[in-house]
Amino acid sequence: MRSIRTTALFVSVGMVTAACGTSLPSGMLDKLGEGEGELNLVIWAGYAEDGSAYPEFDWVTPFEEETGCIVNSTPMADSAAGMQLLRSGEYDGGSFSGNATDRLMAAGDVAPVNVDLLPNYANVFAGLKNQAHNSLDGVPYGVPHGRGPNLLIWNTEEVDEQTTWDGIWENAGDYEGKLSIFDSQDFIADAALHLMATREDLGITSPYQLTQEQFDAAIELLAAQFEHGPQFWSGATFTEQITAFAAGDVTIGTTWQFQVNSLAAEGAPVKAIKPAEGTTGWSDTWMIASDAANPNCMYLWMNHMMSAEANGQATVYFGEAPTSQQACDYAETIAPGHCEQTHATDEPYWEDIWYWSTARKDCGDEDANTTCVDYDGWVEAWTTLRGG
Amino acid sequence: MVPMTTEGPSLASAPAPSRARRVATWLHARPRTQLRLLLAAPLLWLVLVYIGSLAILLLNAFWTSDSFTGKVNPFDWSLDAFVQIFSNDVYRTIAVRTLGMAVLVTVTAALLAFPIAYYMARVASPRMRRLLVVAVLMPLWASYLVKIFAWRTILQGNGVLAWVLAPFGISGPGTDELMNSWLVFTYLWLPYMILPIYAGLERVPSSLLEASADLGARARTTFRRVVLPLVFPALVAGSIFTFSLTLGDYIVPDLVSDAKFIGNVIYDNSALGQFPVAAAYSMLPILIVVGYLLVARRLGAFESL
Repeated sequence: MRSIRTTALFVSVGMVTAACGTSLPSGMLDKLGEGEGELNLVIWAGYAEDGSAYPEFDWVTPFEEETGCIVNSTPMADSAAGMQLLRSGEYDGGSFSGNATDRLMAAGDVAPVNVDLLPNYANVFAGLKNQAHNSLDGVPYGVPHGRGPNLLIWNTEEVDEQTTWDGIWENAGDYEGKLSIFDSQDFIADAALHLMATREDLGITSPYQLTQEQFDAAIELLAAQFEHGPQFWSGATFTEQITAFAAGDVTIGTTWQFQVNSLAAEGAPVKAIKPAEGTTGWSDTWMIASDAANPNCMYLWMNHMMSAEANGQATVYFGEAPTSQQACDYAETIAPGHCEQTHATDEPYWEDIWYWSTARKDCGDEDANTTCVDYDGWVEAWTTLRGG
Repeated sequence: MVPMTTEGPSLASAPAPSRARRVATWLHARPRTQLRLLLAAPLLWLVLVYIGSLAILLLNAFWTSDSFTGKVNPFDWSLDAFVQIFSNDVYRTIAVRTLGMAVLVTVTAALLAFPIAYYMARVASPRMRRLLVVAVLMPLWASYLVKIFAWRTILQGNGVLAWVLAPFGISGPGTDELMNSWLVFTYLWLPYMILPIYAGLERVPSSLLEASADLGARARTTFRRVVLPLVFPALVAGSIFTFSLTLGDYIVPDLVSDAKFIGNVIYDNSALGQFPVAAAYSMLPILIVVGYLLVARRLGAFESL
């Protein structure tokens, strides 16, 4: 009799455990342990500052002191390159834009995140949670870091006031050899975005999902621009863009707020805007690799990057929008007006910003009649443009 | 010498021969097995680690990758990567550019290296010769990257070259020009050309030159009909370095020009996860270099190394 009762108890406990187990998606951490002492990150440059560039911008050292996790970070040149870095298996996670997060989630390179283990997640603006670029079937796959637009920048002494992207497209001939362009196949979307406004006959509905005809028109626009000898920068060489603008080697191009801030700090005569057509942009997410060697440190880092101090500093440093009111309040103390300037809570501002996303053969929709140029096609087209 | 054998009855109480001892005795009688065991480790290294990894890399060329996730589908056989490379002219343009640069650098290095090597081998005093050998080797002590960055500071818009040229009304080349690679490659690989030619020239006996002069040949004829044929294999040996190093390099074109070489396309594509295309394109420089080595062997270059 007693043995039967014990068995029943064991069975019911087993069922409860099994039920708990299935409530968590596979690969999700269910309990936070001690930090492993090390954390290896793939980052967008400027996302893990330890004070070596500017002593006042340091959110790595406090993290290392608090958790004992020593941070090593590698900057990516562009999203696809960052994705390959993560896949090398050397990293615990990283900060990724939407055109890497969608591919990483689909391929299973990143694990779902148990946000219950991250106290700071509660503070994050609701509008940034459970978006297509940071969740799959309603399960969060990461935590927001910040967002921002790709901007048009020009030298105010050499170039007249600009309101649209025409300066780097139709009028590129005015700036022969002085154009500064993002060196990535992802820049094809910027051409498509301009065509959305100037060539309505093409019927482009998303700069990332282009039919062959729309794609060819974008490549044609780029080829015309390339006739004027643009200079190139990437996530790995963005400091060269700062140097080139400061020296006057380039006078107009695309940029991030980060370079604009650096140039402004040097007193360089530059101005940057979000042009009338709208722009491409990014909303970045910290994700954990599914084979992370240091998952506890990665969780601690994700929580740290949502804290008011770290998120406030990081977003001020890069010039992007913070992810919580607390971070906004902290940012105000080091850069007054930061949240207003970066439109952190100004949703209408983001309506014409197309977050980076990956080109798909099925155009990413249900309609089986249309096919789009896939990402391989984008890479090949960029190779052709750059190599010819 | 004390007999080490344990077979003697006087050593009946000694322990049985150790395992190592028995293996050694067994091996002693089998020299071929000894050789096989000796070579097993390095051969295993060469075949598995070196050739094996290369083979897996090249196998990627015959597989497909998922265009969305970018993951390679192993054993999903396809020739798509080759179709892409043969149907798009850009890959041919880049191959021709790279090959042309490799030939140009080799010829330039040979023209520069020959007089230097000749002076070192046949004219300079022994003291001077030693100094020159050190001088030629010296740049090899510095890191390759440091030297390229040094060239960047020379070439860039506000660099040393621009400063020197400014009084003549000429602007500097900047770091975008294709021909910068020619300059930097020639600088980088010149020692690899000088040293084999120097060694080749040293081996030419003076008696042959004297005999040529005795038979009435002028200096030019002696050079053309005696020196050059004797040193030619050494020249080819040097060219193996200058040619194949240029063919495979992607850092120089990236840092001092904005032109894409074969190596850049392979690097870019693999960094972006386009492994089948990268692997397929990798076969091109491999085939070119293998062909070059076969020709070089026929010309006797390997005896001159």
